[in-house]
Amino acid sequence: MTSTGAAVAATPAAAPADPDDPGSSRWRQRLEIALFVTPALALMATFVVWPVFSAVRMSFYRWKGFGPMDDFVGLRNYERVLTDDVFKDAVLHNLTIVGLSVAVQLPLGLLLAVLLNRRIRGRGLLRTIVFVPYVLAEVIAGVVWFQLLQPRSGLVEEILTTVSITPPDQGFLGTPGLALWTVFVVLTWKYLGLAVLLFLAGLQGVPDELYEAAQLDGAGWWQVQVRVALPLLGPTIRTWAFLSMIGSLQLFDMVWILTGGGPANATTTMATYLVSQGTQRGNYGIAGAASVVLFVVAFAMALLYQVLVLRRDTAEQR
Amino acid sequence: MSRKTRGAALAVLCAGVLTAASACGGGDDSSSGGDANTITWWHNSNNEPGKGYYEQVAKDFEEANPGVEVEVTAMAHQDMVDKLAAGFQSGDVPDVYMERGGGELADHVEAGLTRDLTEAAGEEIGKIAEGTLAGWQVDGKTYAIPYSVGVDGFWYNKDLFEQAGIDAPPETMDELLDVVDQLKAADITPISVGAGDKWPAAHYWYFGAVRTCSQDVLNSAMESMDFSDPCFVEAGEVVDQVIAAEPFNPGFLTTPGQEGATSASGLLATGKVAMELQGHWEPGVMQGLTDDGKGLGERTGWFPFPQVEGGEGDPAGQLGGGDAWAVAETAPDAAVDFVKHLFSDEVQQGFAENDMGLPTNPAAIDSLSDPALADLIQVRDDAAYVQLFFDTLFGASVGGAMNDAIALQFAGDASPQDVVDATQQAADQEK
Repeated sequence: MTSTGAAVAATPAAAPADPDDPGSSRWRQRLEIALFVTPALALMATFVVWPVFSAVRMSFYRWKGFGPMDDFVGLRNYERVLTDDVFKDAVLHNLTIVGLSVAVQLPLGLLLAVLLNRRIRGRGLLRTIVFVPYVLAEVIAGVVWFQLLQPRSGLVEEILTTVSITPPDQGFLGTPGLALWTVFVVLTWKYLGLAVLLFLAGLQGVPDELYEAAQLDGAGWWQVQVRVALPLLGPTIRTWAFLSMIGSLQLFDMVWILTGGGPANATTTMATYLVSQGTQRGNYGIAGAASVVLFVVAFAMALLYQVLVLRRDTAEQR
Repeated sequence: MSRKTRGAALAVLCAGVLTAASACGGGDDSSSGGDANTITWWHNSNNEPGKGYYEQVAKDFEEANPGVEVEVTAMAHQDMVDKLAAGFQSGDVPDVYMERGGGELADHVEAGLTRDLTEAAGEEIGKIAEGTLAGWQVDGKTYAIPYSVGVDGFWYNKDLFEQAGIDAPPETMDELLDVVDQLKAADITPISVGAGDKWPAAHYWYFGAVRTCSQDVLNSAMESMDFSDPCFVEAGEVVDQVIAAEPFNPGFLTTPGQEGATSASGLLATGKVAMELQGHWEPGVMQGLTDDGKGLGERTGWFPFPQVEGGEGDPAGQLGGGDAWAVAETAPDAAVDFVKHLFSDEVQQGFAENDMGLPTNPAAIDSLSDPALADLIQVRDDAAYVQLFFDTLFGASVGGAMNDAIALQFAGDASPQDVVDATQQAADQEK
């Protein structure tokens, strides 16, 4: 009795425990954990685990979106998705956007970050200008760009015409060969701010002594950036690339608003494909299969990236 | 974890869910609760005068039927369609709602969601022309009462036609192409089409099929889902002929159908193009897209899709679609009475007086005040038959594949044969 009393007193949080039951403080602790964790778990189960489970289940049925789900078709929906040229194109478009993001947004973002890291007049304003598009909702940005890119009446063509560039007849969004590139330009406008913000934060983390030491060794400003700052930005760049990759694979909003996946399926992505098959055509089984494929592709890429690229960063921390 | 803990945790969880449910539940009582005295009604007349008129209609019904309450929810059309789709998925359908007929309705019937009205509303059904009613029948039974059915055709700007020196609307395909040339010569963009939304472009193909295919072929294609008759390829050739004349607004491949001033309907409403192929709803849509709320007003003209030389279709056949009131399987019986009330002479007369659509009750046909709509109803009632829009007729899956392929044809990426093949493939997957 006295010994348990002392033990209880040593942990003030569990002070009013039942002195007759030595296990009661542990019991209480468990109850508290259960109390606090259960709501979160329940929410997760309802809004994450259950939808994922039903999408997988749906992918094995032919289902129009209402009535009983009883027409089991096995893997036929997967077969239809994987042999559909539109879906194959969609995967290709997603991968193109992933590749373009790294090839274009990365150098551009680095350049801007390095420049905006210098002490120049109006730096705050410039940083804001670069970052503002990122804050805008994607839907709003999409609608604005759709209007700007209107053939004949849009501002973009008006500007191009004044410098004697003839815009394409169907406009930039209506020409199959240009639509995906145009979408990418708008995406870059929208997401460059995030890259610059992250890289700037990374640059702040580079100790001033290193710059000073390099300068003392006679390195010029560019040399300091390239030889000192960039190598130290490695972890930040790798994290950004990961976010950018996942975002590009899930690309939906901007495409949906700018082109709806058209013209001639030139900008379809996996996400627009599954939405049009599901909610527009009522082929919920096919949409389910497409979403599972999207999940597998994204998961595989994330895993590969983790193993091949990000492991370096986690290893450094140890 | 001991049984007692689990019990406690469960109790807490339930309490949490209950509060969340009651907190969120406040604004969402609109769906059917199985209450015999409350009828939930969703409609898409969310602008005046339609909105106010329907409120009054519901109030009148409540007064005539003491104890019955009608809960009206007015939504924008697309919002209503989306919300209905969600409702069908959860089985939580409003008691009285809108059906567009065809394959969509057949799917709802098959899933046991829609009530058979054949006997309960026999008197009302008897008043409706047989060709009009067909779209809402499945296996000889009627599942919804069409209250507004109209036809598709070219809406045009009379002033711009005059400006280009065109005296009369074209009656044949060749004349239509001549009109296009005349408009282009006068520096006027001839036609707008919202191919970004696909269905406005698909209407060209549908009409091509109505003109090239006999009614028998169309009817049997509906039954058998077989598109092997050569007239379906000819329908695509009609479309190719139009596309080759390059009559469309710049950027038509991404132009939306009817959202905003730069949409296809917006371009016609603001005088930027001379004509557009659209359904009977066009004057109303154009009103919503102009600042003065008048659309083209007095300048609005209409002509039917031209004849196709050598086509097998009855020249008096038209393409169209409509809206009907359906009753959910779970709805109280009073909902059937309410639908009958909605179709009654006086309600349909008011509907026509407010120019909310093209009434189907013969007693209301003379009540339309808009001359353009009055002309159109004449066309509809003189038509040998009104072919339901194919995307509605064949349902979302086949209709969607068809519309996609037609949009590809507009983009120069599919031949008339490709459109038929894509449609047939989607149809085969339904079997």
